[in-house]
Amino acid sequence: MSESLISARGLTKKYGDFTAVNAIDFDVAKGESFGLLGPNGAGKSTTMRIIAATSQRTAGTISILGRDPEEHGPQIRAHLGVVPQQDNLDGELTVTENLFIYGRYFGLSKKFIRAKIEELLEFAQLEEKRNVKVDALSGGMKRRLTIARALVSEPDILMLDEPTTGLDPQARHILWDRLFRLKETGVTLVLTTHFMDEAEQLCDRLVVMDNGKIMAEGSPLELIKVYSTKEVLEVRFGSERNKEVAPILRGMCDRIEELPDRILMYVEDGEALLEEIIAKKLHPTTSLVRRSSLEDVFLRLTGRSLIE
Amino acid sequence: MNSGINVAKVRSIGAAYVAEARISQMMKWKGIIAIVAIGNPLFYLIAIGIGVGVLVNQNSGTSGTGGVEYITFIAPALLAAAALTGAMDEVMFPVLEGFKWRKLFFAMNSTPLTGTQIATGVFMAAMLRVAFTVFCYWALLVAFGVFSISQSWDVVPITMFAAGAFAAVILGITAKVTKEDFFMTILGRLVIMPMFLFSGTFFPLESMPTFLQPIGWVSPLWHATELGRHFSYGYSISGLMILFHFAYLSLLLIAGLLLANRAFTARLAK
Repeated sequence: MSESLISARGLTKKYGDFTAVNAIDFDVAKGESFGLLGPNGAGKSTTMRIIAATSQRTAGTISILGRDPEEHGPQIRAHLGVVPQQDNLDGELTVTENLFIYGRYFGLSKKFIRAKIEELLEFAQLEEKRNVKVDALSGGMKRRLTIARALVSEPDILMLDEPTTGLDPQARHILWDRLFRLKETGVTLVLTTHFMDEAEQLCDRLVVMDNGKIMAEGSPLELIKVYSTKEVLEVRFGSERNKEVAPILRGMCDRIEELPDRILMYVEDGEALLEEIIAKKLHPTTSLVRRSSLEDVFLRLTGRSLIE
Repeated sequence: MNSGINVAKVRSIGAAYVAEARISQMMKWKGIIAIVAIGNPLFYLIAIGIGVGVLVNQNSGTSGTGGVEYITFIAPALLAAAALTGAMDEVMFPVLEGFKWRKLFFAMNSTPLTGTQIATGVFMAAMLRVAFTVFCYWALLVAFGVFSISQSWDVVPITMFAAGAFAAVILGITAKVTKEDFFMTILGRLVIMPMFLFSGTFFPLESMPTFLQPIGWVSPLWHATELGRHFSYGYSISGLMILFHFAYLSLLLIAGLLLANRAFTARLAK
């Protein structure tokens, strides 16, 4: 692994009796796009706040850009760009005013910020909205502005907590495109998500978190290879018959998952298995063969679905 | 790594950046700020000076107000009340906005800024607003002939100081508030209203029953009013009392800022 920008060992955060992050280890290399994937309450955001050098850990060690956040919070934060889960823009100020004020907090010169704002407005596709009050922007625009704001200081690490949650599909794809461009320029990204497609699109490597623990680590492809099969056959027999048919299906492949509305069958060749099922005259009402995704990995690791 | 980032500079003058941001926000409300700063004293001067004041002077002359006209008597108190409530608004709303409504403080804290700097910056900007409010009020009192410039100019910094002490306490307390509706109701009805009525604002504190007088003693408004009266028209109080008023307000200022510092740091680090 090349130079490690973030390195955590036994990282733990407790709130009273509740352990939000439970002794996790991870490293993030320079230029890498690193994801924390897990359902709500898995401990992703808490981990992010510790990396952002705002929340202090309860136990373990963490080094960010070679420093301990407990002692060097401001120095670390000076080189991070933080995009929180909830946009915390100043709605009464305009787009450019928000960027300008934020740049000042890093001690940047007015001249530098003014030039940077032009670049960021173009990047965030907000040139025409430059003098518009933030309260009047759409959700997707606000999100892009929050990302642009995080970039005003040219951070070494850009941290995104649930970057596209709550956005419509179109706004989401625009955002992914922007983030992908950043990734191409070599910015180190650390992001949390509970969307598997987002993790697959943006992450070089990710950890799957659940109940404050890391369940697995690897690239999206590696994780799928290790924890799932090449293909998944989804069959539905109607909620009544699913239960009845499941035992028969169980004998036809290595692993099945019974969900409330459908049955997932993990195999290398989905079409062949479907033909077998039809040959047995089981007649599913609907069927779908697809490639395994991180959702399947998560299901395998935790027995639960990502979005509940 | 961006070489334009200047952590040392933020470390020394970070609070000024926060104040600068607060002022940008205030400028969006500059019309209202100006109307309040001028309208508030204007209405009181007309209502009290022409209305109530005439009634008081006709019925009891100046005997109850230490030998000055009623308007002169209450002017330092009204000035102090305007300063204190203005200061309160300028810390309470930004703090609720910063921690709860828009979470702006969390955005600030994602930069090299610390909780202490954010608290200090909000306080600094509030004091600027207070300075404007107090100056406008005082200038109107002078224009109406209630105060003379030469005798009363020192009321301006003294009232600002008192407002600062009150603002510091409100800053510290508001930083701990999670249920703001409840807090604002209690503060408005059970703190601000009695403070306004029982701090010797409209009549000398001594004319109230003894058991109600302690409300005045703990109220920063009473201390501000006593000092204001002394320094604006020469109302006679002992040197020791002057010292006591300053000491009490200083205590509030220091305690409030310490509390704010701790509360901001703790809440941001959660």
